[in-house]
Amino acid sequence: MRQAKGFREAHFAVCPLVTSNVRSAAEGAGARIIVTLPATSRIPPQTARPSRPGFMNRFANPGQFMRLSSVLLPWLSGAAVLTLTVGIIWGLFYAPADWQQGDTVRIMYVHVPMAWLASLGYFSLAVCGALSLIWRHPLADLAALEIGPVGAVATFICLATGSLWGEPMWGTWWVWDARLTSVLVLFFLYLGHIALIRAFDEPARGYRAAAILAIAGAVDLPIIKFSVQWWNTLHQPDSITLTGAPTMSMTMLAPLFICMAGFSLGFAAVVMARLRAALMETRARQLLSRRHADREAA
Amino acid sequence: MNAHTRTGAPLPQQGQALRPAVRFGAALSALLARDLRLAWRHGADTLAALLFFILAGSLFPLALGPSPDLLRKMAPGIVWVCALLASLLPLDRLFGAELEDGALDQLLLLGLPPSVVAMTKIASHWLTTGLPLLVAATPLALMLDMRGADLPVLLVGLALGTPCLSLLGGLASAIVLGARRGGVLLPLLVLPLATPVLIFGALAVDQARLGLTYGADLDLLGAFLAACLTLCPLAAGAGLRAAVA
Repeated sequence: MRQAKGFREAHFAVCPLVTSNVRSAAEGAGARIIVTLPATSRIPPQTARPSRPGFMNRFANPGQFMRLSSVLLPWLSGAAVLTLTVGIIWGLFYAPADWQQGDTVRIMYVHVPMAWLASLGYFSLAVCGALSLIWRHPLADLAALEIGPVGAVATFICLATGSLWGEPMWGTWWVWDARLTSVLVLFFLYLGHIALIRAFDEPARGYRAAAILAIAGAVDLPIIKFSVQWWNTLHQPDSITLTGAPTMSMTMLAPLFICMAGFSLGFAAVVMARLRAALMETRARQLLSRRHADREAA
Repeated sequence: MNAHTRTGAPLPQQGQALRPAVRFGAALSALLARDLRLAWRHGADTLAALLFFILAGSLFPLALGPSPDLLRKMAPGIVWVCALLASLLPLDRLFGAELEDGALDQLLLLGLPPSVVAMTKIASHWLTTGLPLLVAATPLALMLDMRGADLPVLLVGLALGTPCLSLLGGLASAIVLGARRGGVLLPLLVLPLATPVLIFGALAVDQARLGLTYGADLDLLGAFLAACLTLCPLAAGAGLRAAVA
């Protein structure tokens, strides 16, 4: 934390365009990430930085993140579109139909990646929470703000596709079995996180509160994972495990893995784009308020 | 006008000359005694949760019909859901009153860790909400036609489960302190976290009703209580510190 603070000070020092009133406004607003390096006045940071930041804080610099992500985002989005096109077309048109389920099995190519992303999204929320509470990582706060809605949508699609599959297969839209119920609870946890992080006038308070909630809610993740083993559920047990051979034909497994990779890349691209937008919005708001202050002074 | 200034309940004083351990214990017991005194003087507020519990429970026979078979089947679930909702009611005032009149800053200056302050408030919440619910559960369960033999299982489950609800509620009410719509947020945060308590608490009674073993469900409730007891006060303390910072 001390190191992060020192780093921020150094960051202010090498940024000549940041006037002192903006700096105090930035601190007064309680936002730790407001100041970004203007792209036009890029000064080699090594000249003034007293020491290299630690691993955790190296990517805490929003300017660094913006530069890195501007290169990474097009590649990530392109890869996601490409992989998803291949995976979805393969899964929906060319993969074989199941001998029992028929064409309904193709719902799996959306359902399973969404279930995976729902869990992964909440896990990353908990990781962001830990980064925020322990290292006061400013980007982790914004990442938690932006991951929440995306993860909630993934969880909702997972529940909806599961319900659509359940009607023809189980003969019911919904059963209160352990897997379904724990994913529903995960959805509520997402909604609580989304509401909590935006419920404070001072953003920093919302970030801390939501970080605590994200870590507390992470207990639901192992319950979801092991619900099909601990309870006798209608939902089938895992078909893909790390230790055993998959109980699925390779002709279905390959498009499923491609879909999972594609949706994961898409998730990462959407979160990164939202994070960039949030940073730019903060920057724009800061410029507007500075212009307003200048006009008031003149 | 706030509850504390109106009643004039004294805040615990920090004994400067005492040894740290004595001071710690004295501050702790004074804090707990103060909360209980406040609850006693505002008896109507304290009884509101209890009244809600009984009222909500007696709505079910009106809506479902008075068939004893149906009610006996549903009694564990009804009692548990009503207990869960009733324990939510006093939560928004758990730390809210202290935050508004500035007493929370003073409490955190006592020299106690914030998690201990949070734990004390949670204990007083349980003593004023959980314990009365435990007492009122017996008549409600009997009104819902639960057999006497199943009552001990229900009561043991509630004895393990209501502290969990207080701990989770304390955690949630500490982290929503100062939020714009704190009262609306609280159920949204507590209810998903409290689902395991509800599931295993009601399941234990159901198993007992069907003549099956219920030990494992009570064990799980106890394990959940142990986890909550260690983690929730820490998280609630972090929330309190953030609220006054």
